[in-house]
Amino acid sequence: MAATLFEKIWRDHHVSALSAGVSLVLVDRVLLHERTGGVALKSLAATGRAVAAPRQVFVTMDHVVDTMAGRGDRTLMPTGTAFITETREAALAAGLTLFDLGDPRQGIVHVVSPEQGIVLPGVTLVCPDSHTCTQGAFGALAWGIGSTEAEHALATRTLRVKRPRTMCVRIDGMLAPGVTAKDLALHILARHGAAGGAGHIVEYAGEAVRAMDMEARMTLCNMATEFSAFSAIIAPDEKTFDYLHGRSFAPRGTDWDAALACWRTLRSDEDAIHDSVLAIDAAEVSPMISWGTNPQLAMPIGGRVPDEAASGIAAEAYRRAIAYMGLAPDAALEDLPIDGAFIGSCTNSRISDLRRAAALLRGRHVAPGVRAICVPGSSVVKAEAEAEGLDAIFRAAGFEWRESGCSMCFFAGGESFGPQERVVTSTNRNFESRQGPGTRSHLASPETVAASALAGRIADPRRVAR
Amino acid sequence: MEPFTRLTAVALPLVRPNIDTDIIIPSREMRSVSKTGLAGGLFAGWRYTEVGGREPNPDFLLNQPAYRDARILLAGANVGCGSSREHAAWALAEYGFRAVVAPSFNPIFFNNCVRNGIVPVLLPQECVDAIAGAVLAAPDLARPTVDLDARSLTMPDGTGYGFTLDGESWEMLRHGLDAIDLTMAREDIAPFIAADMRKRPWAYL
Repeated sequence: MAATLFEKIWRDHHVSALSAGVSLVLVDRVLLHERTGGVALKSLAATGRAVAAPRQVFVTMDHVVDTMAGRGDRTLMPTGTAFITETREAALAAGLTLFDLGDPRQGIVHVVSPEQGIVLPGVTLVCPDSHTCTQGAFGALAWGIGSTEAEHALATRTLRVKRPRTMCVRIDGMLAPGVTAKDLALHILARHGAAGGAGHIVEYAGEAVRAMDMEARMTLCNMATEFSAFSAIIAPDEKTFDYLHGRSFAPRGTDWDAALACWRTLRSDEDAIHDSVLAIDAAEVSPMISWGTNPQLAMPIGGRVPDEAASGIAAEAYRRAIAYMGLAPDAALEDLPIDGAFIGSCTNSRISDLRRAAALLRGRHVAPGVRAICVPGSSVVKAEAEAEGLDAIFRAAGFEWRESGCSMCFFAGGESFGPQERVVTSTNRNFESRQGPGTRSHLASPETVAASALAGRIADPRRVAR
Repeated sequence: MEPFTRLTAVALPLVRPNIDTDIIIPSREMRSVSKTGLAGGLFAGWRYTEVGGREPNPDFLLNQPAYRDARILLAGANVGCGSSREHAAWALAEYGFRAVVAPSFNPIFFNNCVRNGIVPVLLPQECVDAIAGAVLAAPDLARPTVDLDARSLTMPDGTGYGFTLDGESWEMLRHGLDAIDLTMAREDIAPFIAADMRKRPWAYL
């Protein structure tokens, strides 16, 4: 019978039906970080339960750690140290693989996992982190959970899961030069809303997706949680296999051959039926920027802030959003002065993101008064960038060059941008006070962040000559 | 977890779309590696006048005497979007909330509610608006009743709204069950894994 990609993986992991629509599903990989994983490990130990398959559990430090050179367990975030030390102790006590501070493999969990070959096509992978959907780019069923569910997965190697409906988001045609996966993600959110994917596993397909490299696919899948989707997934192909081949935890030898034979079957059959289908014309996507306090409130950089009626949200929420952002209906965003520029996060901090930003920054300098920061997504990315000399380009352009971590993607009481400061950011959330109390965050691609940092104003990267 | 049968309580109307988990509890309020000590940080960004402070913002409904004992949250669409932090559900539960009424839920937040004894009550926007309207007019009097057996929310004037809830979530909430205990008692997982290891050896480390 014809099946979708999701259905094939679901079938392989289906242990038992529990009640209408809910199944017990085998979990192949559990990832944890110090912010929400430590509490799960502690709670598990406190209830006398053991981690059932410690070799399949990985722990990294990313959320709370500082990103300054010479960092240690002490953090700018008040009480952050406890998250690091208690997670470390719990991870070591349980015999888990830990990518600790100082480990060359340390970094943001959704950057590290693919780098190390932990995520694979056709596996189920969970992490108490909403952006776990990022890893669906590899054809894995990867989704974010709470800490209590993480305990469940650790103790039983399974989860009780409500089966999502399937949605195919087909991107027809090709993205124009200078238009990125991030712009596409924001375009989809702007068009279909922050709840547009609710209840669904979203399979991204179509010509534009096939043409993307693995890192662009990760960026696209990353924001499926902003779409309220259960998760996102992309059928694996030769690019996926090439990326994973030889990675530390990827299968080797005959296991690799067996895996490859299985992985080549992982795509939606021609006549498979999705519960819903969205078609997006890639040619309609242009560089995007968010104007409000939710990722769906985004528009092309050259556009104008919609009025209340056209905003797609309730009147009170609209007024609150534009007041918070210091904007007015019909305001243009292009050329609006900025105070900060941030390149980092699980959305856009991989080597290709840094290369594209560096290509714009090379030989130039950020505008006076702009605080610009680049935080590589992992220590591997940082080392690779430094080997290519990208760090020198960022530094010469006036960017701070940091150690890897989630950093100022979110404010946790430590480092932040200032009140009412306007920041162009390659991250995924523009919520109120997300990057600092009162900070105004505009989501965009790394190119747009770089171009805006140079101009000191929100700028279309296509207008910056390379 | 305390079984949920029926609750009549003051409702807190915050019917705005996309109330994210940063709003329910800001990251800066997650101060220890613990599931407790979070109620003070609930809605901190809206509830207090300053970041990190505890001076009540008089405009925020929860600070007004009529709403202080609220145990039912009325929210807009896509409630609990954003970060997966279960601290949002822990903070709500610790404050005393046992039900969240909204037109749609973020999937992770939905599960976190169920795992912590909070009933997710799915009702259409116009119903949530009508309930909120009645509550705002008389918060002390218009106290909704959430009845899990009947899967209904009823207002004191008799207006009733039926809601759907999947059997699994209903069972967990109604009997205060621990999902981990239930699953650990099962005998079908080990044989499934044994067979799967032969079928997909490459997936095992």
